[in-house]
Amino acid sequence: MKFWQRFLNLDRKWIFLGIGLVVIIPLLFPLRLPVKPSKPVIDLFNRIDTLGVDNGVVWVVTDFDPGTMPELMPMTMSVLRHCLTKGTPVVLHGGLWPAYIGMAKMAMDNIAVEFPDKKIGEDYVFLGYIPGVTAVILAIGIDIETTFGTDYYGVPYDSLPMMEGVKNYEDISIIVDISGTRSPEYWLMYGQQRYGVDVGIGCTAVSAPSYYTFLQSGQFVGMMGGLKGAAEYEELMERYGYPTGRRPATVGMDAQSFGHLLIVVLVILGNIGYFIVRRGERKVGIERRKE
Amino acid sequence: MKKRVPLLITFITGFIIIVSFFVPHRPFGQLETETLIWYAIIFAFTLVIGVDSLVRLHIKHIRKRKKGWWYSIVFFAGFFYCLTIGIISLIQTPNIFQPGTVFFYGYETILIPLQATMFALLAFFVASASYRAFRARNIEATLLLIAAVIVMIGRVPAGYKLWPKLPVIANWIFDVLQIGAMRGILIGVALGAVAMSLRLILGIERTYLS
Repeated sequence: MKFWQRFLNLDRKWIFLGIGLVVIIPLLFPLRLPVKPSKPVIDLFNRIDTLGVDNGVVWVVTDFDPGTMPELMPMTMSVLRHCLTKGTPVVLHGGLWPAYIGMAKMAMDNIAVEFPDKKIGEDYVFLGYIPGVTAVILAIGIDIETTFGTDYYGVPYDSLPMMEGVKNYEDISIIVDISGTRSPEYWLMYGQQRYGVDVGIGCTAVSAPSYYTFLQSGQFVGMMGGLKGAAEYEELMERYGYPTGRRPATVGMDAQSFGHLLIVVLVILGNIGYFIVRRGERKVGIERRKE
Repeated sequence: MKKRVPLLITFITGFIIIVSFFVPHRPFGQLETETLIWYAIIFAFTLVIGVDSLVRLHIKHIRKRKKGWWYSIVFFAGFFYCLTIGIISLIQTPNIFQPGTVFFYGYETILIPLQATMFALLAFFVASASYRAFRARNIEATLLLIAAVIVMIGRVPAGYKLWPKLPVIANWIFDVLQIGAMRGILIGVALGAVAMSLRLILGIERTYLS
């Protein structure tokens, strides 16, 4: 019983050390544990994969900040790689809130390095941030040019060859909102419900459960939920011969696997200890009452 | 007058939003967008009020030497830093998020590492907290514990390696149990929001005026 009592009072520094180790070691020495794509990710992948050059643009929105970057940046990069490899015109929208533009900029910088032959303005466009949140979603449905005016770098909208003929949602094949916020609900309410545009999402693992209902009802085309969703998209990209980079989400899933396993082991041991200590304390209580 | 004018504004705005949602054609459809632009402008003013309130609160903390008052000094350091680099960047270019501005440099070199660090720390605290607090004290807690363990292992590749059926069970928990509960909550919240909105539009609910 003493052992379990000591175990229950374990200094949290040891738990921190354990978590640190099980996260760092798989990141340094990836195992590439098998990733099995789930239906929501396959649906999103297939929707983008069936698009050609003339089916309208893919509108990717980066509604996340650095805090959720490890989960959401691999999704952004995968979708951008997917579109650019296929030659599907893609627009990167720097998010509905100002703090998210940096994430879009980071993705754009990576794309410029990975696809040096693709030209900005011709193969892809980077629209910056415009204040207004829901008003922006509604305004895109009326006129994109009036809403944004220029791209992120200040180039006038009418000077962007890729955006020629792209006026509103009718010219957008799918919105892919990569989000660490409640923004998918806004795109659903104002974009999908109001204008009928298809919406696919990428979200953090924490918020994914909230969106399963909309997925089941068909309001969202598909979804990448958390690092798992990002790793599944990477897996599909590899299966179909698309470039994947160094598959950061898949590598991250190794770390997440061991992290989860450690937490589960700790929870189970904690419960065993709790019951042993409680039974011991009851016994002592009964004996004292007898005396 | 003090109460009637805000009530009238609420009624008219609410009515416009409802009509424009159900009649998307001009001029009603346009009205919703216009109202949301108004909302964005008014929201910007509320930010000023928010900043004023925050600054007053921290000044009070420092003056009265309340517990942890020096955190308020950290607040002011961050506040004035952001304000200064924001103004400098605005002088440089109208879009402070353009590459090369001082503001964007601060965003890339300070905000990104700070936010990433804060979120990364969560993994350590979640592990420590779940180890101490997740106890099968009663039937409800036990059910929650079992579901959590299945989902946690079933949603990672290691779970598939341990037992290929585990992800199937985890997905069933998500697709059936979780969705059922979540849908119920969402419908409840939506109905509550509709009821509350109607009360506000019709002027029955007036607590926001006090």
